[in-house]
Amino acid sequence: MSSLSSKHLLGIKNLSTEDIELIFSTADNFKEVLNRPMKKVPSLRDVTVANLFFENSTRTRLSFELAERRLSADVVNFAASSSSVSKGETLIDTVNNILAMKVDIVVMRHPNAGAALFLSRHVNASIVNAGDGAHEHPTQALLDAFSIRKKHGDIKGKKIVIVGDILHSRVALSNIYCLKKLGAEVMVCGPTTLMPKYISTLDVKVEHDLRKALEWCDVANMLRIQLERQDIKYFPSLREYMMLYGLDKKLLDSLSKKITVMHPGPINRGVEITSEVADSDQSIILQQVENGVAIRMAVLYLLAGKVN
Amino acid sequence: MQRRTLLDANQFSITISRLCHQLIENHNDFSESVIIGLQPRGVFVARRIQQELQQLFPGKKIMCGDLDVTFHRDDFRRREIIIPSATALNFAIENKNVILVDDVLFTGRTIRAGMDALLDYGRPKKVELLAFVDRRYSRHLPIAPDYIGLSVDTITSEKVIVHWKETDGKDEIMLEVRS
Repeated sequence: MSSLSSKHLLGIKNLSTEDIELIFSTADNFKEVLNRPMKKVPSLRDVTVANLFFENSTRTRLSFELAERRLSADVVNFAASSSSVSKGETLIDTVNNILAMKVDIVVMRHPNAGAALFLSRHVNASIVNAGDGAHEHPTQALLDAFSIRKKHGDIKGKKIVIVGDILHSRVALSNIYCLKKLGAEVMVCGPTTLMPKYISTLDVKVEHDLRKALEWCDVANMLRIQLERQDIKYFPSLREYMMLYGLDKKLLDSLSKKITVMHPGPINRGVEITSEVADSDQSIILQQVENGVAIRMAVLYLLAGKVN
Repeated sequence: MQRRTLLDANQFSITISRLCHQLIENHNDFSESVIIGLQPRGVFVARRIQQELQQLFPGKKIMCGDLDVTFHRDDFRRREIIIPSATALNFAIENKNVILVDDVLFTGRTIRAGMDALLDYGRPKKVELLAFVDRRYSRHLPIAPDYIGLSVDTITSEKVIVHWKETDGKDEIMLEVRS
């Protein structure tokens, strides 16, 4: 199968395992491109991509923009704060105005869940979901799974724990879908206040003790405490969170086996993980960033290449 | 669909030998030259040539690599996506004589993509083309081979297929004619 099943990337939920494998093998090729002296390929030179970020993001936007430019695409950036959205323009109007300028692909991050799906039903371009509220963040999950595979070989049968604010995390949900499709065993770990009520319907293990979770796993994906999404207080203090759910070198070294540590970024050093852990040889955080560009190049290449 | 043999196993190995000797004439001991096979099928030609040259020059290391040209093709978004193969170039091409190798030279578009892909790795001193089969009078671009294994006159609906001992059981070149 040399084509993605959909002309959009809205989430991992509706992605088939063939789609995921296709993205991974294409990303492998782009990793090689990123190590050449000339890191560009001309494939998307007649494609225009619009980055619509209605929420702040540096890392994801930079990663997408780099991927687009490395594919020789034309890039237009749209940041919500400095735009007509503040003048009251609707989402569809904003996008249709941009599409009237012949934009082929829209990469969108929006604070409302379902925004990307909504857009895909009303506009005539390929939509890539770069994060919709607390719903999905498919490219993050793909690069996380790809990074695990690069480090450990196969994902099937591996034990992966996602630690932190599961309730507000689109990274967690997309990761759960992706890892389960690839045959991994998944556990979520965090305070009860940050655990979604129906999490067990996703067929994942739930653990509230960090040490037990880390002893069980092969890989730990540490999520950031999302202070900007917390309208009420979910834990007494940051220090208490850190004491119960933060990963430091002492805890890491005391485990019975050497686990791999991941983090989607940006890191709150000293909260979810300490600097020593982030910079240790068990951490693949920087590899995640490198793989992110390759994965995003693969997604854009496969979506742009889909002939109607 | 009918298939006709253009080159049998014996003639195949004679042709490879002859190509190797032609290369030696121009490249001497290959100290300044590298062989690069184009994915997916030029790599087999390149490797077979490298093996034979290696036997003729046991003391020297004959540099040979694989180059994938998928991202430099001119038909992206005009046909079904092609899944790229791996590129493996473990040497620099800067200031080297490059021998680009493909199994069948037809329109020349793959070679054009190959040259563009090659230039992403550096500036070679010289680039030559070795085509195991040259389908004459079929070029879409002004591309000409420097070394030719077998010249054939074909029409567009025909297809030239190269089989290898390693993957298909025997060495041979076939012409597929649509009847």
